[in-house]
Amino acid sequence: MSHLVVNSTVNGEPAEFLCEPHETLLHALRDTLLLTGTKEGCSNGNCGACSVLLDGVLVNSCLVLAPEVEGRQVTTIEGLTPREGLHPLQQQFLENAALQCGICTPGFIVASKALLDRNPHPTEAEVRHFLAGNLCRCTGYDKIVRAVLATAAAA
Amino acid sequence: MAVVFVPPLLRERADGLRQIELEGATVGALIDSFEALFPGVKARLVEGSRMMPGLGVVVDGEVQPDGLRAPVAPASEVHFVHAVRGGLPLRRS
Amino acid sequence: MSDQTVFKVIGTRPVRHDGVDKVTGRALYGADVRMNGQLYGAMLRSPHAHARILSIDASAAEALPGVKSVVTGADLPAIADKFAATGEGAINLRHLSGNILAGRTALYWGHAIAAVAATTQTIADQAAALIRVEYEVLPPILDLATAMAPGAAPLHPDVVTNELGEKGKTPSNVAEHFRHEKGDIAAGFAAADVIIEREYKTGTVHQGYIEPHSATAQWNADGQLIIYCATQGAFGVRSEVSEILGVPISHIKVIPTEIGGGFGGKVSVYLEPVAALLSRKAGGRAVKMTMNRTEVLAATGPTSASIIKVKYGATRDGRLTAAQVWMAYEAGAYPGSPVGAGSGVILAPYDIPNVVIDGYDVLCNKPKANAYRAPGGTNAAYASESALDEVARALNIDPIEIRMKNAAKEGTRRADGPIFPRIGFVETLEAAQHHPHYTSPLERGSGPRRRGRGVASGFWFNFGGTSSASATVNPDGTVSLTEGSTDIGGSRTGIAMQFAESLGIPVDQVKPQVVDTDSVGYNDATGGSRTTFATGWVVYEIGQKIRTELIARAAKMLETEPGQVSFENGVFSNGAMNNIPYAQVAADLDKTGGPIVVSHSMRTKGEGTAFATHIVDVEVDIETGKVDILRYTATQDVGHAIHPSYVEGQIQGGAAQGIGWALNEEYVYDKNGKLLNAGLLDYRMPTTLDLPMIEAVLVEVPNPKHPYGVRGVGEVPIVPPAGAIANAIFDATGVRMMELPMSPARNLAALVAAAAPASG
Ligand code: FES
Ligand code: FES
Repeated sequence: MSHLVVNSTVNGEPAEFLCEPHETLLHALRDTLLLTGTKEGCSNGNCGACSVLLDGVLVNSCLVLAPEVEGRQVTTIEGLTPREGLHPLQQQFLENAALQCGICTPGFIVASKALLDRNPHPTEAEVRHFLAGNLCRCTGYDKIVRAVLATAAAA
Repeated sequence: MAVVFVPPLLRERADGLRQIELEGATVGALIDSFEALFPGVKARLVEGSRMMPGLGVVVDGEVQPDGLRAPVAPASEVHFVHAVRGGLPLRRS
Repeated sequence: MSDQTVFKVIGTRPVRHDGVDKVTGRALYGADVRMNGQLYGAMLRSPHAHARILSIDASAAEALPGVKSVVTGADLPAIADKFAATGEGAINLRHLSGNILAGRTALYWGHAIAAVAATTQTIADQAAALIRVEYEVLPPILDLATAMAPGAAPLHPDVVTNELGEKGKTPSNVAEHFRHEKGDIAAGFAAADVIIEREYKTGTVHQGYIEPHSATAQWNADGQLIIYCATQGAFGVRSEVSEILGVPISHIKVIPTEIGGGFGGKVSVYLEPVAALLSRKAGGRAVKMTMNRTEVLAATGPTSASIIKVKYGATRDGRLTAAQVWMAYEAGAYPGSPVGAGSGVILAPYDIPNVVIDGYDVLCNKPKANAYRAPGGTNAAYASESALDEVARALNIDPIEIRMKNAAKEGTRRADGPIFPRIGFVETLEAAQHHPHYTSPLERGSGPRRRGRGVASGFWFNFGGTSSASATVNPDGTVSLTEGSTDIGGSRTGIAMQFAESLGIPVDQVKPQVVDTDSVGYNDATGGSRTTFATGWVVYEIGQKIRTELIARAAKMLETEPGQVSFENGVFSNGAMNNIPYAQVAADLDKTGGPIVVSHSMRTKGEGTAFATHIVDVEVDIETGKVDILRYTATQDVGHAIHPSYVEGQIQGGAAQGIGWALNEEYVYDKNGKLLNAGLLDYRMPTTLDLPMIEAVLVEVPNPKHPYGVRGVGEVPIVPPAGAIANAIFDATGVRMMELPMSPARNLAALVAAAAPASG
């Protein structure tokens, strides 16, 4: 199998990696770059567990081919975590008990960041609309939506 | 004597009785007394040395994890019910 | 538990101990395991719902460079008939084995046939596709009516109808029939002024956890087998793998990873024995197998489709005089649907003098049903609570009023016999009745948008089970708490809180860890709403023992008798002048007798049952059939909430799953038994846009048997939603939905049919 060399920036650092032409960004992140904070729930764009930012835009990394990130910036949950302490969204998710099993949590936090970056003070309806691509089976979303609203209110 | 409620599908074998007073200090002993009166009932409730898999026993309102060995008081009320385990998997007993 | 007790830790809302790992992405779940030199596995699955397997030719797969091993059902040891307790009943271990890799017959679309391990996932997938299987396709049985029809072809030649130990003479798709009976049913109906008799249908649904199953196994040359997997119970995995592979338990170590949801669907094994066999055949290299979403939906999980008939009799003043129920649940390819549990749920909230319930466990060519949160309860309560709503309407009685009038209380005899201990059902009804949601008027909507309000109640048994744990006091005063209960939604913290309360230290000084099967005593799986109850009780006992021992050590340091020493607010003292801080006693353990390590194990009893009452407002678009949930309130007897946020979370999450079951979720098969919606786009679970905030009202009726009054809370919230929503849809539209899910298409058809002029 011939591999491609991809040069990109992942979480602010240059990342050069090999991938198969059909490989998804999700698999390159998880299996090659060992960034397993990005989760796989469906591999076809329907759960949002694999949410990452590509040049600042929210994408499902299972729907992006790894070779497509050549020359581009990828931010994952690992890159969103500051050097010290936690991102305000991470803190609010904890304080609002917005996670149960936690498998959806990295995706929700990345997606919520994308929302707050473009709309720092969303309404509940706007939060629900923006996060509708992320599935959570444990929480019923109540506490997730509250955590995002609390983050916005504190900013 | 403890009161044993006869499961509906076993009543045919027990003269149609709905409940019966039986002697015994454990669930197993009660079943033995039951069998002495109505031969054949034990084989419907017990497999080897344990309760029939899938069957649970309730003594005085509490599910008894000890099954046949569960103690029974003279005034106890005993029921055989579906063993409900909240979906728990196989356990070695 | 005395009412006066003041708690320092219980009832607070600390940040969970595993929280930082989970919000930063560092927590390791099933698919995050990586072992040196690991191989990747792939499964070949049946493209037929029912087919005889004539031959399997894996030579092309084996010849592919990179392929290291191939296994089929022939690699599983033959297992004699042996029944063991599992799930909601008994299972024949031979059937358990047949579900792991098919033997002679494929019994559902997606049934595992063969598996491959290779150096990369791509090669493994290619190799699996190269395996040639010759099938003789058989007609599938896809519904209850066909399966139960006289003369229906039996799925298994060895399954006969079991009626409380009495075995049928000929093979049958009805694996079990049972009955509950109380009072005199004929007299009960004779005494009724109104009788409502209805038949309901419900579809097959999946637990829908977001994390697909994943297992990594390494079977060493010395016979030791190590398995990493995301499971609700590592000890259950050990038992099942031991039985299926014929390996002694002592040779198997199961290391549980974090788990991304389970809801009952991750109590049993699917991949673990296959990964193990692949590893052994590949010379002991680790093999990792992870399902994709199609596999998850096609071959794991689901809970039963059902047909449920309910007949109620009631007097004019709303007293229920009799109830008769007939319920048949699909077990899927092997016996073991949760119909027994469903039969315990269906009339449980009510004190009805005359009852007959008949239940049937029925085979068909669908995946083997697995447990799903309050197994069998949601569909049962949908039927009985819908019919009760009709009784209330026929008598013009408020829905909460009729439930209150007939409510089960302490001393009420259940349909299956036992008497309820102290329960809090009436309290949930009162909380609902006085809630602003119920007392506020409902704005009725206009034009095509009609609004309605519905109420339903629910019951779940809960389970106690066996737990073990152990604790070590560290020199800095922290305590390492080692447990074996999978933490699926914050239970580590709920357990650590009970320990901290018992010992008398702050909860952030407790370091809870979930460990492998070699590192802690036996624990039943996390299921049956048992963990906070049972493991919490175990650590309460450990806390008490450590407390006693610490007092003895402090007494030595204070040069007095233990009886003279008290421990309050982190200080040991034997009088105002003489005291010594906890930290110092911990630091000096080595000088006062050595380390303190305490283990404890219990087979618990007295789990205490759970009741809930839900209120929902819906808006139905009568032009499209779409139902929107406008407002949702769930009241529940939670015993005593240890960490209220996580109790609310259980209620909100359970309600959300029930709403999905009610409105959208359903397996759709074609006539050949192929699953048509094996993906999350078409198997549509609720999103943020489908739900409002869900108000959880915690009603606390402490469980008298538990030191802190805990009752299981996790399962009952999924029981009432479908009934409540069906009742609300009727309130909005005057149309009674007799089948789940109440999807737009089905609602629209019912609305159109109801609007059509009655034909002459
Ligand atoms: S894994 Fe990418 S959306 Fe589900
Ligand atoms: S917390 Fe489990 S899926 Fe969201």
